[in-house]
Amino acid sequence: MIELKNINKSFVGTQILHDINFTFETGKTNLIIGQSGSGKSVLTKCIVGLHEPDSGSVIYDGRNFTQLKNKKRKDIRKEIGMLFQGSALFDFLTVEQNVMFPLTMFTKMSREEMRDRANFCLKRVELENKNHLYPAETSGGMQKRIAIARAIAMNPKYLFCDEPNSGLDPRTSIVIDNLIREITYEYNMTTVVITHDMNSVIEIGDNIMFIYQGHKEWEGNNKEIIKTDNPRILEFVYASSFMKTLKDKLGG
Amino acid sequence: MNVFFHIGRFYLLLKRVVGRPEKLSIYWQQYMIECGKVGIGSLLIVLIISMFMGAVITMQTGAMIAESAWIPSYTLGYTTRQSTILEFSPTIICLILAGKVGSNIAGEIGTMRVTEQIDALDIMGVNSASYLIGPKMLATMTMFPFLVIYSMLLSMYGGYLACELIDKLPSPEVYVEGIRYYFEGYTIKYALVKPVVFGFIISMVSSYYGYFTKGGALDVGKASTNAVVTSSILILVFNLIITQLMLI
Repeated sequence: MIELKNINKSFVGTQILHDINFTFETGKTNLIIGQSGSGKSVLTKCIVGLHEPDSGSVIYDGRNFTQLKNKKRKDIRKEIGMLFQGSALFDFLTVEQNVMFPLTMFTKMSREEMRDRANFCLKRVELENKNHLYPAETSGGMQKRIAIARAIAMNPKYLFCDEPNSGLDPRTSIVIDNLIREITYEYNMTTVVITHDMNSVIEIGDNIMFIYQGHKEWEGNNKEIIKTDNPRILEFVYASSFMKTLKDKLGG
Repeated sequence: MNVFFHIGRFYLLLKRVVGRPEKLSIYWQQYMIECGKVGIGSLLIVLIISMFMGAVITMQTGAMIAESAWIPSYTLGYTTRQSTILEFSPTIICLILAGKVGSNIAGEIGTMRVTEQIDALDIMGVNSASYLIGPKMLATMTMFPFLVIYSMLLSMYGGYLACELIDKLPSPEVYVEGIRYYFEGYTIKYALVKPVVFGFIISMVSSYYGYFTKGGALDVGKASTNAVVTSSILILVFNLIITQLMLI
């Protein structure tokens, strides 16, 4: 479980996040949604420690991350897996070496054990026999799956996914969404997904926070979001003509 | 104010670079890879530049000596040796390497920054500064002196070839006599301090610009340019300081 308590963040006098309070629950896919520029990425960077919040606390299972010193933070970081928007795979390493990277850095496993673990993770994301390719030789969807395999290699307690579907076709997006959900349930992780893809919201949104201009505007789940009458949510959810048509066909 | 900001940030980065590595064996592996890139990867360019440089120094000095009946012919080899050891190989070669190695480091680290690879390392709990910059810094500081020695030998050989091929210059035997004339070992010490310092400057300044790149491809290009320009200026400044401290 990750708790956010009164998170505020500003850059050069402009306040980006205003008093955010929320709880990301264990064993659920928790979504942060909102329009571009609403502060989703800044909030995520505050949670994982890439930005320091001006005030407030980020608490990982009772451990106040914001108050910890760097050395103690490292212990929590080893429990975090992250899938970046652009995958962030290391260009100079092969697929297998990318997945093995956290293991080589932080475990005392033998080469064979690491290789077995990497192969297990790659098999879990349905990517076999691609071990010796370099990231540049794989497709966007494959890169996301490799990044997921790398993120789960250390058996993390917390998984962060920053716009996992960006740049992917709808079919591959569904594959990635399902994979994230399955892994979350399988390993009982606290998963946080940052997205503005409505399909992901409906498919995997167990626990959703909607951010509007740096404020938490709404929270609920995927069943509640389609019933809400919050005008900002309605504007966000039914922004596309497809969703509008769907809504009309289903009779509002 | 801006300068102080950069100096402060540079110092903080350096502190992280020399921080305790997560796993020494991984860093050693990275160090060996970087040594290959910096050392072996620069052999050809150093060979070409040094040979031509030595030949030109010999030709220019030879032309001046020919005008005077009072200067002995072996001065040609002596002058080529001294200028090669004291200035041309350690400084000019390092300036060339600032362009080749420096832009490569800034480009590589800058690209890793804009594609979030550095963020990925940080989130994993890896000291990204130490892992990425540390091996590069050590590799440049250890490989540059070897490249400079290699350059010295080639430069003097370039001069020898010039004497061999150009009739108006003194004979190669006289040139070699000059090369061996009144040799002081201290000049080599002085010449080898320079590439260690310049290697540090090139790797750290380039890494600094790459590490703090913000934006996209255009900014990576700007970071590479800034890295080369700043490294070159600092090399010239430190060349003056080292000369003042060690020779005067």
